[in-house]
Amino acid sequence: MNRFQYASPVTKESAVELLGSGAVVLAGGTDLLSLMKADVASPDLVVNIKEIAELKGLEHSEGSGLRIGALVTIDELLQDSRVQEEYPSLIQAADGIRSAQIRSVGTVAGDLCQRPRCWYYRHGYGLLAMQNGSSMVVDGDNRYHAILGNGGPAYFVNPSSFAPSLIALGASLKVSGPNGEKEISVADFFQTPQSEAEKEYKLSDSEIVTQILVPAAGGKANATYEIREKEALDWPLAAAAVSLVMQGDQVESAKVVLGHVAPVPWNSDEAAAALKGKAVSASVADDAGKAAVQQAKALSRNKFKIQLARVAVKRAILRAAGMEV
Amino acid sequence: MPEGKRPEENGSGISRRDFFKTSTAGAVSTALISKQGMAAPGEVTKFGPDPVKIKLIVNGKGRGLKVEPRVTLLDALRNELDVTGPKKVCDRATCGACTVLMDGKPVYACSILAIEAEGKQIVTAEGLGSPDKMHPIQKAFVENDAQQCGFCTPGFVVACQSFLEENPNPSVKDIEEGLGGNLCRCGTYKGIREAVLETAAKGGIDA
Ligand SMILES: Cc1cc2nc3c(=O)[nH]c(=O)nc-3n(C[C@H](O)[C@H](O)[C@H](O)COP(=O)(O)OP(=O)(O)OC[C@H]3O[C@@H](n4cnc5c(N)ncnc54)[C@H](O)[C@@H]3O)c2cc1C
Ligand code: FES
Ligand code: FES
Repeated sequence: MNRFQYASPVTKESAVELLGSGAVVLAGGTDLLSLMKADVASPDLVVNIKEIAELKGLEHSEGSGLRIGALVTIDELLQDSRVQEEYPSLIQAADGIRSAQIRSVGTVAGDLCQRPRCWYYRHGYGLLAMQNGSSMVVDGDNRYHAILGNGGPAYFVNPSSFAPSLIALGASLKVSGPNGEKEISVADFFQTPQSEAEKEYKLSDSEIVTQILVPAAGGKANATYEIREKEALDWPLAAAAVSLVMQGDQVESAKVVLGHVAPVPWNSDEAAAALKGKAVSASVADDAGKAAVQQAKALSRNKFKIQLARVAVKRAILRAAGMEV
Repeated sequence: MPEGKRPEENGSGISRRDFFKTSTAGAVSTALISKQGMAAPGEVTKFGPDPVKIKLIVNGKGRGLKVEPRVTLLDALRNELDVTGPKKVCDRATCGACTVLMDGKPVYACSILAIEAEGKQIVTAEGLGSPDKMHPIQKAFVENDAQQCGFCTPGFVVACQSFLEENPNPSVKDIEEGLGGNLCRCGTYKGIREAVLETAAKGGIDA
């Protein structure tokens, strides 16, 4: 880890003032410290945001839904009885992170801002892992890499378990920066970088996420289903989050978002279309799964992920509809 | 803090008055660092990169030390304070060997900066019990053969204490899920499960 300065402001305005090139935000630190130890991040200044009172807390309101402050931990989200009732999809995503030690300090906002787990990236070869004009991922060990949106130059997968669920629920982020506050949908927040100069999400060096805003579920059926390699602590191989507006027993409209399959959380209009106007059944859910991976292309070693993604979509739909998975 | 124990004047310039400020509940925000941080109104002090004086409250005792901001809580405990219960294995928040309690919650000490932990109550395996006065979970580990090389044990014991506090009557599934943040390379999971079940059956962590 390189040497750095440390500051602990108590307002978001002073945090933003401290930030900028060479500075980095510290929340729970469960990802940032690992990045710094690997010299993937080598900031001159670490800005601890945990003393900023207004970033704490989680609130429900009838009209506007759920507001998750940037410092809300995974544990706090899991413990909230109204989140349990209205947003099972968020709870199922949180439940997969099976470590009391990460849940106790790791924040939901930090989960969205965590950097990809691509091993080339984590070993210092950059997000795009290019060497002599060709991708080390394509030529190398890509068993955990992207199966969708992988036309290049990026092949890593988005690591966040919460992102698919938040996108399916129509959530947005409040961001503070030198020019004040702005709101951006979680769907638009993520991007596929086209060069090493770009990041996988739209946040400049001087901006911080202050809140996550989740619209009231309003009776929308929602669920997440993850597939993992082993029971131990690790990221999913594939996951899907689903949100359904039902009319009687028919799907009026659906959102289906896959995780860990593409450089961004992958919204599947094809899967949503396969559900529209149908009553949910195992075969309808399977058709939607199939539609979700129709465009998928395996790299040399990750063909297995296509089947996993298909099954994740199917099971997330069945789970949302309250059916056996 | 235990009655009658005086903070040591160990050359780090920690006064008794400052010590009590940090160790009194509710006074957390007046810890040394934050106080300096309020030097000029509207301006936030930057610390480091050279060593900074901080105080940690470890197993009930205030300890003064000087560390660079980049030093983790784990390295501060082990290398500066000689509290070697918490172990360094992965150093990447993935194995649990470094688990300590911070203000009652289990955390990976390898993934927290020492400077962030200032003023917080840190409890390590040493703080739970000692060989002649073992904590119920420590005793159950011994009796159920829940360790082999023992390297994961101090972290596991702390994680189990905190798990049992939240789940006084756990099922085997609860144990497997709730202790998922700790790994044992020797594979003593069976013994650990039994130790946790036995501790719960015998009246829990306060028995
Ligand atoms: C072993 C292990 C297994 C894991 N498994 C999973 C999993 O299955 N699914 C999953 O989704 N995650 C998983 N995680 C990741 C974990 O959930 C994240 O590390 C955690 O949520 C990050 O939150 P934090 O508060 O600790 O962030 P930090 O480590 O403090 O920050 C992470 C990054 O986000 C930035 N950041 C944080 N907060 C803000 C903010 N408010 N504004 C702007 N930037 C910010 C930081 O600068 C940093 O770059 C796992 C982590 C580990 C170590
Ligand atoms: S050493 Fe901290 S989790 Fe492994
Ligand atoms: S006893 Fe050896 S690692 Fe657990």
